[in-house]
Amino acid sequence: MCGIAGIIYRDGGLHPIGDEMTRMLQSMKHRGPDSTGYALYGSSPNGGLVMRYKLADANTPRDFEFEDRLRRHRFEVESRLAALGAKIHEVEEETPYAFRVSFDYDGDLKLLADFVEDIPEAEVLSLGRALEIVKDLGDAETVHDQYGLSRFRGTHAIGHVRMATESEVDIAGAHPYWAYPYSDVAVVHNGQLTNYFMWRRRLERAGRRFMSECDSEIIAVYLAEEMSNGATLEEAMHRSLDELDGVFTYIAVTKDELGVAKDELAAKPLVLYESGDLVALASEEIAIRAIVDREIDTYDPYEREVLVWQR
Amino acid sequence: MAAVAGEKRITYDARGLAEPLAEIPKISEIEGERARFDAKDLTTRTINLELRWLLYEMGVKEVEVLNPGSRHSLGVGILTRCRIRFVGSLGYFGCGLIDGPEIHVTGRVGWSACENMMSGVVVVDGNAGSLTGAALRGGDVVVKGRVGARTGIDQKGGTILVCGSSGSMTGFMMQRGRIVVCGDVGPGLGDSMYDGTIYVGGKIKSLGIDCVPGEWTDADTELIERKFRIYGLGSPPAFQKLVCGKQLYNYDSLEPAERKLVI
Repeated sequence: MCGIAGIIYRDGGLHPIGDEMTRMLQSMKHRGPDSTGYALYGSSPNGGLVMRYKLADANTPRDFEFEDRLRRHRFEVESRLAALGAKIHEVEEETPYAFRVSFDYDGDLKLLADFVEDIPEAEVLSLGRALEIVKDLGDAETVHDQYGLSRFRGTHAIGHVRMATESEVDIAGAHPYWAYPYSDVAVVHNGQLTNYFMWRRRLERAGRRFMSECDSEIIAVYLAEEMSNGATLEEAMHRSLDELDGVFTYIAVTKDELGVAKDELAAKPLVLYESGDLVALASEEIAIRAIVDREIDTYDPYEREVLVWQR
Repeated sequence: MAAVAGEKRITYDARGLAEPLAEIPKISEIEGERARFDAKDLTTRTINLELRWLLYEMGVKEVEVLNPGSRHSLGVGILTRCRIRFVGSLGYFGCGLIDGPEIHVTGRVGWSACENMMSGVVVVDGNAGSLTGAALRGGDVVVKGRVGARTGIDQKGGTILVCGSSGSMTGFMMQRGRIVVCGDVGPGLGDSMYDGTIYVGGKIKSLGIDCVPGEWTDADTELIERKFRIYGLGSPPAFQKLVCGKQLYNYDSLEPAERKLVI
């Protein structure tokens, strides 16, 4: 089933979006108890880049070598960043296998991501000046506490609770997906895509990489491909309605925008609340009510609708 | 096993059934046949338990529920004549499987409101989500705002009256009853409908398979005017009438083997 949510403030200020998205996602826990993910948009304290990456999955078997391997791979990541000329400010160990690195770097981000992911089991979850993707197994409150999300203040966010249907219950299969290598673009999705393999082959031939077997990853990579060819987020989302088959509602975000698209059957729910200072959307209204504790006027967007808001 | 939903601690049994041991809150202010209670700090299950206690055990005929908070599955399965007023919005599956109540929702309702409703009236002041009145068997559902996709899917009777617009596949596989949409409707209107009547006041994006224009009669005028009068909706707009063309395979008398030959 899965549940998706998005929130964007229009005043440009920083808000406790880590806590707010947690409340939204926790209220939809029944839609997806397997994993929870966030794409949070703030501002890097020194204007540099932030990379979130993991070196193992939450359910990777803990063999005798596990801790040594993590230590070696973490050292390797930091060495490779330095070798590319990145100046590391801080490395935070969020869990034994997930890390947050802030650094300065003005080179090619694709090269950097590829160089890091060349290390066995390393996966870059997000890379950008505003975006930070956090995802792990369990419900929203579990992930929130694990990654200290109450500290996060930002302008907009999307989130996802996953009920795994066609791929593994692991972090690689959890949303959001970063639109590699397009920095600061991420996607959450509720639905199924029926032309997944066709698009995967096509995008792989175009040089895009996939880190999971999850059909939702296609949307992020598809949008990245379109945007790298010059399309705006809104244009790319409109095209996706004709080119992606299946039933879907997805939310895509950039550092300044948040958009939602619904397929032509409108078979996956989305409720929308829009006010002068805030836009909030979710698979269920109860998630919006978790952060707007008053009677509100909401509606469901119709089939083939693409709506995009700026922060 | 225990889990936390928002700030309220909800327990689940091994099957995932929420609050198996929930007790009736008994917090209502009761005055004769009228009662009201504030649902703000209650859970879905305890709200419904309170409603049933009032209607089935306390002889109450009219209940006002404050702060329903868009929770799912409220006011479901009530099989007695009564009046319920939800001051606020409901989530998914609100007012389903009811037989007799007159329900007024001052806010909006989510997906699948009034599903399988057998009789009674539900009036929604705001918008409604997709699948409104799915498999409706009888009674009136009046939505003063707009409704989502597949409104009246598999409808078997009753009337759905929408003052705003309606989404795609409205009246999909409709079997009986009436759908009245004052505004525009999305693509695939009345697709694969078996019977029933659809009235549209606005633009139709496209008709579904076997949905065709119908001949307007005095009975149609009488029905529309009566419903508008009952619910105080003013003067009705001009409507187009759509019915089933009865050209699909399920209307011929061929055996499956014969149909293969024809095709």
